[in-house]
Amino acid sequence: MDKMPQWADIVLIPLISLLLAAFLSALVILAIGESPVTAFNLMVDGALMRSSGWGYTLYYATNFMFTGLAVAIAFHARMFNIGGEGQAMLGGLGVALVCLYIPWPHWTFAILGATLGAALFGAAWAYIPAILQAKRGSHIVITTIMFNFIAAGLLNYVMVNLLRPAGAMDPASPNFPEATHLPTFRDMFSTADTIMFRGSPANVTFFLALAACVLVWFLIWKTRLGYEIRAFGHSESAANYAGISPLRITVIAMLISGGLAGLMSVNTTMGEAERLVLNSTEGAGFIGIAVALMGRSHPFGVFLAAILFGFLYQGGAELALWTNIPRELIVVIQALVILFTGALDNMVRMPLEKLFLALRWRKV
Amino acid sequence: MDFLTIIQVLDSTIRLATPLLLACLAGLYSERAGIFDIGLEGKMLAAAFFSAAIAYSTGSVWIGLLAGMASSMVLSLIHGAASITFRGNQLISGVAINFLAAGMTVLIAQDWFKQGGRTPSLEGAARFSPIELPYAEAVSGVPFVGPIYFELISGHSILVYVAFACVPLTWWILFRTRFGLRLRAVGENPAAVDTAGVSVVGLRYAAVLICGILCGIAGAYLATALQAGFVKDMTAGRGFIALAALIFAKWRPWYALWTTLLFGLLQAIALRYQNIEIGNLVIPVQFMDVLPYILTVVILAGFVGRAIPPRAGGEPYVKER
Repeated sequence: MDKMPQWADIVLIPLISLLLAAFLSALVILAIGESPVTAFNLMVDGALMRSSGWGYTLYYATNFMFTGLAVAIAFHARMFNIGGEGQAMLGGLGVALVCLYIPWPHWTFAILGATLGAALFGAAWAYIPAILQAKRGSHIVITTIMFNFIAAGLLNYVMVNLLRPAGAMDPASPNFPEATHLPTFRDMFSTADTIMFRGSPANVTFFLALAACVLVWFLIWKTRLGYEIRAFGHSESAANYAGISPLRITVIAMLISGGLAGLMSVNTTMGEAERLVLNSTEGAGFIGIAVALMGRSHPFGVFLAAILFGFLYQGGAELALWTNIPRELIVVIQALVILFTGALDNMVRMPLEKLFLALRWRKV
Repeated sequence: MDFLTIIQVLDSTIRLATPLLLACLAGLYSERAGIFDIGLEGKMLAAAFFSAAIAYSTGSVWIGLLAGMASSMVLSLIHGAASITFRGNQLISGVAINFLAAGMTVLIAQDWFKQGGRTPSLEGAARFSPIELPYAEAVSGVPFVGPIYFELISGHSILVYVAFACVPLTWWILFRTRFGLRLRAVGENPAAVDTAGVSVVGLRYAAVLICGILCGIAGAYLATALQAGFVKDMTAGRGFIALAALIFAKWRPWYALWTTLLFGLLQAIALRYQNIEIGNLVIPVQFMDVLPYILTVVILAGFVGRAIPPRAGGEPYVKER
């Protein structure tokens, strides 16, 4: 029996969850002694009313699109990849090695190489948990959490002992060569008299993220592999019966997921810092969880949710700058979004289903 | 390495193992009842903040401890509501709780104390002070046994002894009481418990609340005994190490003790020695840091004994009609 029209499932439930999260966040801001309305206006002003604000918003959104897609594709295979953070860290290592040790003639070639490096390293880091899940039945959530910590230790070691230039104090790789500099939005959209996106880090990788959204959509809904992934996610036993190998799907889905998470580093490492620094991911791997949940694991939903979180991130930075509200407010909002759209989904869904059922009865 | 150094390393092992042990036992109750909990970290963090904040403002560490336990139990109730009442995804709920605690503690700390997300340092009665066991001073001169008793066993805060006492207590509750039997049953086969006329929901909420209490003590220990105050993200992944220890211990109380002591030892060694040199081989400090996680993955992979979680873990129970 169809309990609810599809639009309610796709649009109404995430919207109500979002409103609940926003309402509670407003209460938190009130409790701190600031006005939620002023705070919201500040956020909109800082993130959306100037082109440099948009530059930051879209820069963050680029990260979240990659990590959101990574979580989403694993969700389709009914796996929860919490390891996006670690996979993105390893992706950063891949980007750094590609940029530092291959003499690229031009950024167009460099970004291809870096994309490949990031995806390969990220996928490799997801491969071990995937194969352990498929072959030995070890719970992928736990292994990917462990791999996040192992990745942090590994990166720390590589930065401090291997990549750090001799004599340098802070653990970071040397700067990437000039030829690997990616065009920023400022380079691309400024005209002779007006400078657009001044000082903001958004760069050409944004379009790579858009392409990734389209490709993932195509993969999931238009290809045989995507069908197999979704079938496996809906019912493992049915998929098995239809001749879909659980081992193959688990590994492939996690490889794609890890690769996408790794791609995030093209944006942060190559596009922004232009060298590999410690903690270059800044928790974006975890925000991918909120983004995927909010976006209902659909690439278009992920795109919208990523923009929303990009706005929250940039707006939150503005708030920290102008008010007494620390940046951690975004972490709280992120937690509330995960809670309402993910864990407490039924709390919103059950009353709505009853409501729609009652409406239908009245019509009959 | 001389005798006294070994004693000192073991002493700090006990200090560092205590929060892990408490959190590990917390997770044990929850997961034995079929509720996965990756929110141990968040509950500890919340408890660490509220225990430090309330201990600072009231000047009494005991009130602080209660506040820490209460805050951790509130998060437990959120987890319970999400995973028991609304049958949501327990893992996602755990992730949300970790972020909620990470954000809220700094937010409130900044609002209350304006010190960049930390509490002021605790002094005097606002901290748990070391307890001198009887005759510790008197026997400290006795060779071998003296230093062990004086340095290693005596001189910890009360919460350390509480944590160690929780191990036999947990074993007794789980394996020798009716409540424990039902708790384990509800994690293996909730339908059977339901058929016997015992409330699955009630048992699971009880387990989740016990988990909250223990995480609360663990967090309070971190902020008011191990250190003197709360700093941002002070749990530093301990909740996840405890989770790793729980798997390593195969969801058993005594194994949990040995595992957390082992992980505590690793932390103590990493804290004391930066890089360890064995012949030409240098073991970097980062390797010591991640060793608990690597060991857990190896255990999970089933290469060294198999870790089999409670069968109904992670699945919400739906009563049949």
